[in-house]
Amino acid sequence: MSAPSPLIAFAHVSKSFDGGGGAPPVLAVDDISLDIAAGEFLAIVGASGSGKTTLLRLANRLIAPDSGTIAIDGADIASRDPIALRRSIGTVFQSGGLFPHMSVAANIGITPKLMGWPAAQIAARVDDLMALVRLDPAAHRDRLPQQLSGGQRQRVGVARALAARPRIVLMDEPFGALDPLTRDALGEDYRALHRDLGLTTVMITHDMAEAVLLADRIAVMREGRIVAQGTAAELSQSDDADVVTLLQTPRRQAERLRALLPERSRA
Amino acid sequence: MSPWSDPRWSDALAHLPDYLGQHVRVSLAALALGLTVSLPLAVWARRRPRLRAALIGFAAIVQTVPGLALLALFYPLLLALAALSMRWLGASFSAFGFLPAMLALALYSMLPVLRNAVTGLQGVEPALLESAQAVGMTPRQSLWRVELPLALPVIMAGIRTAAVWVIGTATLSTPIGQTSLGNYIFAGLQTQNWVFVLFGCAAAAALALIVDQMLALIESGLQRRSRARVAAGTLGVLVLIAASVAPSLSRAPQTYVIGAKTFTEQYILAALLSERLDAAGLPARTREGLGSSVIYNALVSGDIDAYVDYSGTLWANQLHRTDIRPREKLLDDLKAALAQQHVTLLGELGFANAYALVMPRARAEALGIRTIADLASHAGTMAIAGDYEFFSRPEWAGIRDAYGLAFREQRQMQPDFMYAAVASGEVDVIAGYTSDGLIAKYDLVVLDDPKGAIPPYDAVVLLSPRRETDPALRAALQPLLGRIDIATMREANLRASDGQSATEVAKWLWERIAAGRK
Repeated sequence: MSAPSPLIAFAHVSKSFDGGGGAPPVLAVDDISLDIAAGEFLAIVGASGSGKTTLLRLANRLIAPDSGTIAIDGADIASRDPIALRRSIGTVFQSGGLFPHMSVAANIGITPKLMGWPAAQIAARVDDLMALVRLDPAAHRDRLPQQLSGGQRQRVGVARALAARPRIVLMDEPFGALDPLTRDALGEDYRALHRDLGLTTVMITHDMAEAVLLADRIAVMREGRIVAQGTAAELSQSDDADVVTLLQTPRRQAERLRALLPERSRA
Repeated sequence: MSPWSDPRWSDALAHLPDYLGQHVRVSLAALALGLTVSLPLAVWARRRPRLRAALIGFAAIVQTVPGLALLALFYPLLLALAALSMRWLGASFSAFGFLPAMLALALYSMLPVLRNAVTGLQGVEPALLESAQAVGMTPRQSLWRVELPLALPVIMAGIRTAAVWVIGTATLSTPIGQTSLGNYIFAGLQTQNWVFVLFGCAAAAALALIVDQMLALIESGLQRRSRARVAAGTLGVLVLIAASVAPSLSRAPQTYVIGAKTFTEQYILAALLSERLDAAGLPARTREGLGSSVIYNALVSGDIDAYVDYSGTLWANQLHRTDIRPREKLLDDLKAALAQQHVTLLGELGFANAYALVMPRARAEALGIRTIADLASHAGTMAIAGDYEFFSRPEWAGIRDAYGLAFREQRQMQPDFMYAAVASGEVDVIAGYTSDGLIAKYDLVVLDDPKGAIPPYDAVVLLSPRRETDPALRAALQPLLGRIDIATMREANLRASDGQSATEVAKWLWERIAAGRK
């Protein structure tokens, strides 16, 4: 692959955590090198405790690596102001991470507000973003997060991440807690936004089917290491036992669904 | 006759603006100081578990100190500080009244505020803290925009608890010279004026309730982001402050302050002195319920201008003398010694209020006890009761050693309850006061002191150094000197313990004095 220089580059990154109570330290990320190209949609798949969330948190300096470097646009992020860095990256959390005491509009506009945008510009941006994530601004702007459904909350979470026009969006199991219909709709909507806005997205998920459906490329993590990476087609050639198992589930589901749900004949 | 026509209600009501105003001022100042210290401490400690534990531990220990003791401790502490500041900085401050009360109450307010603020800040979900970081907040922005707003209900609950505690405990600041609603309670307890006690309790409870509701209004306003509610609550607190400060601003600054200790006779005499000054066109007010040593120091520092003390008490407590001298000689020496501290002993009122061992007349006759010496052989089977200070005073040691007294039991009691206690046989002997009207009322007898172990206790008027040369003050009080005999004072005391207010009794006393002069 003679790709142009990557937008995000992890180089030999390791991070361990205190085991607690005298236990040996836990190596959460173990010498990982990973390049993510501009405009790419990368899914990181792995079981709980595989280190995927740690990897994501390293990218916006919520935590610092023990060794190795992470570069964005060729520049080591360790030398950047962490506050400015985080404001330039959109982050979507599992179940939203919305501030419960702030209205939907205040949640969406928080990063622009922290950056000192004029109020009128923030208000216009919030309306645009709500339209973008298919929420009626008039009906939802002044509501509090707990007055929204799970899917609506996650749409607000996506809008908030996009508010300050980031090039990079990090997503931590963004659709994990939603019902299948909502999840599907939201995934599709986000995929379209990713494409239309020219975003670079890193999404963490434990659901291989979701990864296959949304991402351009998938990295599989186990015990702090990346054990396989590539497109869905490339992964299907892998002989790693975990990867095979991970891919089996969506494939079997698809086959059973096809068998059980015959196409309705059009009258 | 309705219970509301009792003149004691209107008497109580007349004191309300002063007592309530001072109570509000000291409570809110203490609360404000407590919050300014506790809230930043809680914020500072929120990510430091060890500091957090230390702070809460300290505040909890402070809380276990009884309110009265905490208040009492601040007085000598500030007195020492004031002396140091005088020596090093050449400027002193008053260790009396407002300052010690406010500091002690502020300390008292810290536990609920610290504990709730720490708990509230810790209760913020870690996921939200991470979310705040991820959207690009600085630690300060995270604190102000996320942590404090989310912890607010818990913090406000702590502030409300602190407010109620402080307002309640402030009633205990009366003995260290801070006027408060506690003045009703202390005065009422001394003079068995239950209307006053009830009035003081109800006023303090109502004040606590009102402040709590104002804070609740502010809290709900902050939570619902309703400016109207926050404004209404804040306005309520401001109105309360304004209402409490206004009457004290309008008071003439040249007011004379008459002190009174914690018993009935003192309340009457303070009312009498104050009434005499008013009659002479000198505005005066009273500071009642002051502890025995607090009151002398308050006089020396000029916080009060005059009060009535007793020669034997001053001799033992202020001059630290244990020898006993004849009455006239003691008065002369005392006068000279006090003059060195620029305290003026204006003169004697005419009666003595000495400590005396007192027991029921019938019992004394049955046992053949006439003197303290007779008592000594029975003491081993008897219980004696005294006021809160008697058994730690040098006079008691003097009497005990002179006659070889060893009682089965010693009890401390509220002075006005002692007489009933000895009359009913609850105790056998009490250390009463010779001027007390209850001696006659309960048919008690004062035991003779053949060895002269009990020093003389002439009631004397003292003037503060500030009023050393004040002809108007001297002239106003001069007519009282030598005019109150023991029988008159006993009757005055009896009237007060029968429920008349100190002001009424003082009026009666003056009429008697005025009639006697003709």
